[in-house]
Amino acid sequence: MKLLPLRLPTWFLLLLPAIIILLSVVLIPLVLSLYSSFTPYKLTRPETLYKWIGEYNYVKIAGDANFWWAFGRTVFLLTIALNLEMLLGLGIALLVNKVTWGQRWLRTIMMFPMMFSPILVGFQFKFIFNDNVGLVNNALQSLGITDQALPWLVDGKLAMFSIIFAEVWMSTSVFAILILAGLFAIPRDPLEAAKVDGCTPWQSFRHITLPFLMPFIYIALAIRSLDVARAYDIVKIMTNGGPARRTELLWTMIGRTGYVDAKMGLANAMGYASIILAVFFTVYFFRKLSASRSSLGFDN
Amino acid sequence: MDINQQHRLKSYCLKAGHLILLFIAMSIICLPGLWIVLNSFRPTVEIMAKPPVWIPNSLSLDHYRAMFGAVGEGGVPVGRYFMNSLIISLTSTVISMLVAISGGYAFARYRFRGKSVIFVTFMLTRAVPGVALSLPLFIVFARVGIIDTHFGLILAYVAMNVPFSIWLIDGFFRQVPKELGEAAEIDGCTRWQAFWKVEFPVAKAGIASAAIFAFLTSWNEYALASQLTRSVYSKTMPVGLLDFTSEFTINWGGMCALAVLMIIPALVLTFIVQKHLISGLTFGGIKG
Repeated sequence: MKLLPLRLPTWFLLLLPAIIILLSVVLIPLVLSLYSSFTPYKLTRPETLYKWIGEYNYVKIAGDANFWWAFGRTVFLLTIALNLEMLLGLGIALLVNKVTWGQRWLRTIMMFPMMFSPILVGFQFKFIFNDNVGLVNNALQSLGITDQALPWLVDGKLAMFSIIFAEVWMSTSVFAILILAGLFAIPRDPLEAAKVDGCTPWQSFRHITLPFLMPFIYIALAIRSLDVARAYDIVKIMTNGGPARRTELLWTMIGRTGYVDAKMGLANAMGYASIILAVFFTVYFFRKLSASRSSLGFDN
Repeated sequence: MDINQQHRLKSYCLKAGHLILLFIAMSIICLPGLWIVLNSFRPTVEIMAKPPVWIPNSLSLDHYRAMFGAVGEGGVPVGRYFMNSLIISLTSTVISMLVAISGGYAFARYRFRGKSVIFVTFMLTRAVPGVALSLPLFIVFARVGIIDTHFGLILAYVAMNVPFSIWLIDGFFRQVPKELGEAAEIDGCTRWQAFWKVEFPVAKAGIASAAIFAFLTSWNEYALASQLTRSVYSKTMPVGLLDFTSEFTINWGGMCALAVLMIIPALVLTFIVQKHLISGLTFGGIKG
């Protein structure tokens, strides 16, 4: 420490590498993208980076119905997917918690989808929902439930369903595993006391187990919110926003505007909308997490 | 029917219902992956068969042979992609661990103003969607000239992994009692020695699992890699998967084989790490 002319506190020195790397790879590029969102920057014409056009891109986005549809659809997808993942994760955790044999194996199986690359999940379900050779249609036809192939990825509504299914398949295990860890940590005494006092199983679940699990659920939600745009890979592969923009999300729209149409300025303006959305989800769940923590007296 | 019998019947039904539900849940989790593995061993004719062939007639290693022997036109240089993935993931994991151990230790052991604000800011940098971040990174990297290099992708992945690793490692260091390091210092260790000889070994298993998690994140990443890599020299396997698709057709068998190649290391690593990972996440989150 004596080598330094000004004495920086140790904690700051320890955090310095992380700060430098995050500053140079995330924050400074984001400042650049904020700047370029006020220019008509096109990849093919570099000189356009220096032309200031004010809030033109933002006005253009705000008046673009396609953008608002994509925005709404993204919020819709996230809401449905996160709630479903939470409920299914809770259900699976409760089921596994009741098992008395082979729990270790079940837990390992539960982690299975976590190892899959999102892009792989996309391909996997593109294959499974393929209308010609896919597992789902093959099974439905062999069982005689339908005689025609269902157009899973071609019909707008079915495609959205398939995407949500893939997303939920991939991420439910995060919830299941963390909630299961919470179930293991529940103290036995209150549950037994409730039983002695004549609580029904539902009552003791509702008033003892669930409140205790809430911090664990919020940890899972907070972790998920850090990587909220994971669905991009899936959608990109499964439908690429199609058919006719019916599954277009904010993220696929950004990718298309930036790289296919080469309109970087406009794409960066959209990017900011998606960043604000992600920040909103993250801050919201981290606040919920710390609130539920302090209500249980875990704060320090 | 007397009450006893009724009661017994009810508990049997509950038990059966529980098992059935559990079986359905586990099947839905397992089947998609198993189907991919199965199809990687089946000849293309059988994959495409109409009506479907449920029980495979013949299993072969054709897709794997084609994948590794890929030469000439239309071949996918899988070996090359595998090496790229390995180099990039390993290097970025090592660097991000060094950065995150130092940062996580600061969060776990020091009290300072604005601690929670800095922590949440770190986390927020992770929340930036990959595709939104890839736009400015693409511009910057193109200017600096590190597009399509290992270095560029490593840099991006280190930044991506650092926040979450700090969260995990912070949790693991909190599990190490403060008194341990203090005792070592009283016995004449410097702070550095106390850390390196006492606190680090105790938290080692946890840090290893954070490392595996970081490795998997880099190994599986697509949104950034798809834009920051251009050619065989830096393409990673997730990007390489797209080589099996052409405008109208997809080589499902070959893709499944590459998928299996991608999953195996992930499977092994996750299996090793599962216990520590869960405890790290929950502890770090609960006693925050």
